[in-house]
Amino acid sequence: MNIVVCVKHVPDATADRRFEPDNTVDRGSVDGLLSELDEYAVEQALQIKQKREGEGVEVTALCVGPDKAVDAVRKALQMGADKGVHVIDDAIAGSDAVATSLVLAKAIERAGGEAKIDLVVCGMASTDGGMGVVPAMLAERLGLPQVTLASVVEIQGNQVRIKRNGDTATEVICGTMPLVLSVTDQSGEPRYPSFKGIMAAKKKPLETWSLGDIGVDAGQVGLSVAWTQVEETTARPARTAGEIVKDEDGSGAKALADFLAANKLI
Amino acid sequence: MAEVLVLVDHVNGVVRKPTYELLTIASRLGEPSAVYIGPADQADDVTEKVKKYGATKLYVVDEEPIKGYLVAPKAETLQQLAERAGDGGLAAILIPSSGEGKEIAGRLAIKLKSGLVTDAVDVQAASDGHGAAPVTTQSVFAGNYTATTRVTKGTPIITVKPNSATPEEADGAGAVEKFIPVISDAAKAAQIVAVEPRQATGRPELTDAAIVISGGRGTGGDFGPIETLADALGAAVGASRAAVDSGWMPHSYQVGQTGKTVSPQLYVASGISGAIQHRAGMQTSKTIVAVNKDPEAPIFELVDFGVVGDLHTVLPAVTTEINARKEG
Ligand SMILES: Cc1cc2nc3c(=O)[nH]c(=O)nc-3n(C[C@H](O)[C@H](O)[C@H](O)COP(=O)(O)OP(=O)(O)OC[C@H]3O[C@@H](n4cnc5c(N)ncnc54)[C@H](O)[C@@H]3O)c2cc1C
Repeated sequence: MNIVVCVKHVPDATADRRFEPDNTVDRGSVDGLLSELDEYAVEQALQIKQKREGEGVEVTALCVGPDKAVDAVRKALQMGADKGVHVIDDAIAGSDAVATSLVLAKAIERAGGEAKIDLVVCGMASTDGGMGVVPAMLAERLGLPQVTLASVVEIQGNQVRIKRNGDTATEVICGTMPLVLSVTDQSGEPRYPSFKGIMAAKKKPLETWSLGDIGVDAGQVGLSVAWTQVEETTARPARTAGEIVKDEDGSGAKALADFLAANKLI
Repeated sequence: MAEVLVLVDHVNGVVRKPTYELLTIASRLGEPSAVYIGPADQADDVTEKVKKYGATKLYVVDEEPIKGYLVAPKAETLQQLAERAGDGGLAAILIPSSGEGKEIAGRLAIKLKSGLVTDAVDVQAASDGHGAAPVTTQSVFAGNYTATTRVTKGTPIITVKPNSATPEEADGAGAVEKFIPVISDAAKAAQIVAVEPRQATGRPELTDAAIVISGGRGTGGDFGPIETLADALGAAVGASRAAVDSGWMPHSYQVGQTGKTVSPQLYVASGISGAIQHRAGMQTSKTIVAVNKDPEAPIFELVDFGVVGDLHTVLPAVTTEINARKEG
């Protein structure tokens, strides 16, 4: 069984994230890391591998991004993925979700080769752009079923069954592999790489592919051909801290009620 | 004027408020045509509702043949409606920004070779004239930035967050047209085998409420003080991920990056530290209040008013205070 996990390298959400003058995400000045929401995808892939020990399950971590993005693949290898693929090409910079999904889809096809991919696992969204559309786009491009936004994943034979928390209902969704699976941050805490895992990762195969290697024309990707254009990005004025009172013998409640009344909120 | 498709947000034919918000936005861009994919026997009721908010047309798609399949058939339906309208026939396609809505939009963007904007909090017609794509506003990087974006290729596909417009009543012709899409077998590959509707809470919808009272790990699992305060104020109840992960509240209550985004008149965070991922869901609220026993908690950096104290004593006292003032 062949599993590909898509992993994105993103600016650390707890740092001061910003935009470049061309309104693309500044990936230089802020430390990057494997998107935390993709760690959940790696975790699910590894759990499937563990449950099917001895059945030849292979987990490939796939990342599209600039130089430093290879760190996302490395982290996945340290967690326990078997091999890594980093697609890197200057032409990709500034690609939107549509173009990114094209590169990922072509890379997944190549990663499968003769053996075909049984399962593509994604996080629910990236922690930077956060659109949450790439899994559905991948399913569309690969012509595969999507079983997405899973909070619980169960696999039996070639059947994947998930729980999906929607806006108005919780649903149970079923699909037959091959398919695209996306998992939420409710699906189970991702493991930390062990010392052994970190050492082992150094010896795992990690390939670097260009657009040419996966048969994508450079003219199909990048900022200049993006189907959407960010015209302006503005920092929201920081909220200024208001009045803070210490509660002593019920004084806090009175003060708060006064504040609410003064602002016509009660 | 070009048509604007609006995918109707509903539960079993009961129209939800975001539909009216989308129709109001659609009227700014062209002629609103609602697309209802649902039980056919509810179509009359839906027609009445969308007419009131300016729908010129209503495409009724009986869900019976596609019921129980995830996302893909809806994307194919919209694709066929768009292709029928022809090149330049549609000014935009507006879809509610739910998990499902965004996935429909993602697939549709690939099918129609059209640009996609998700999670818009505002959509306005282009000021530079007829035919130009609408200008959308998004809140990004946990609400620290605002971005304005425009689709540059194909039919603009825009998913819109709840509460991004105030629904405006307008008389629409509401001409009904039955539409029967051709659905591929591939689109029927992911099946919904069980549905458990969310329990009604009797409180306002989280994304819709004027006031939200949220609790976090600091509640220690006792949401009683949060709920009684919420009820005194007619507010919705929210929770941090820590409170949801602990199993104290269902996921539908979660506010933040991987939960709901709220932007109420008043947000009260109690026993919540104020992590960036929580802020992502609430920092555009008008007024923010926090109750936290740690004076160093980061949540205090963004409050208009903060009380350093134990929520288990402060909240019940506030509730009493409010109830007393209501009577007085
Ligand atoms: C990818 C990702 C996505 C995430 N998405 C979300 C999300 O959508 N929403 C979200 O909320 N979090 C999210 N998180 C988690 C987030 O980082 C924090 O861990 C979480 O918000 C913490 O919840 P909390 O504030 O309730 O708990 P804590 O951080 O533990 O804070 C508890 C607070 O309660 C206070 N307290 C304790 N006892 C009392 C008392 N008796 N009275 C008053 N105050 C008291 C403490 O002083 C403390 O400040 C996400 C994290 C990641 C990595």
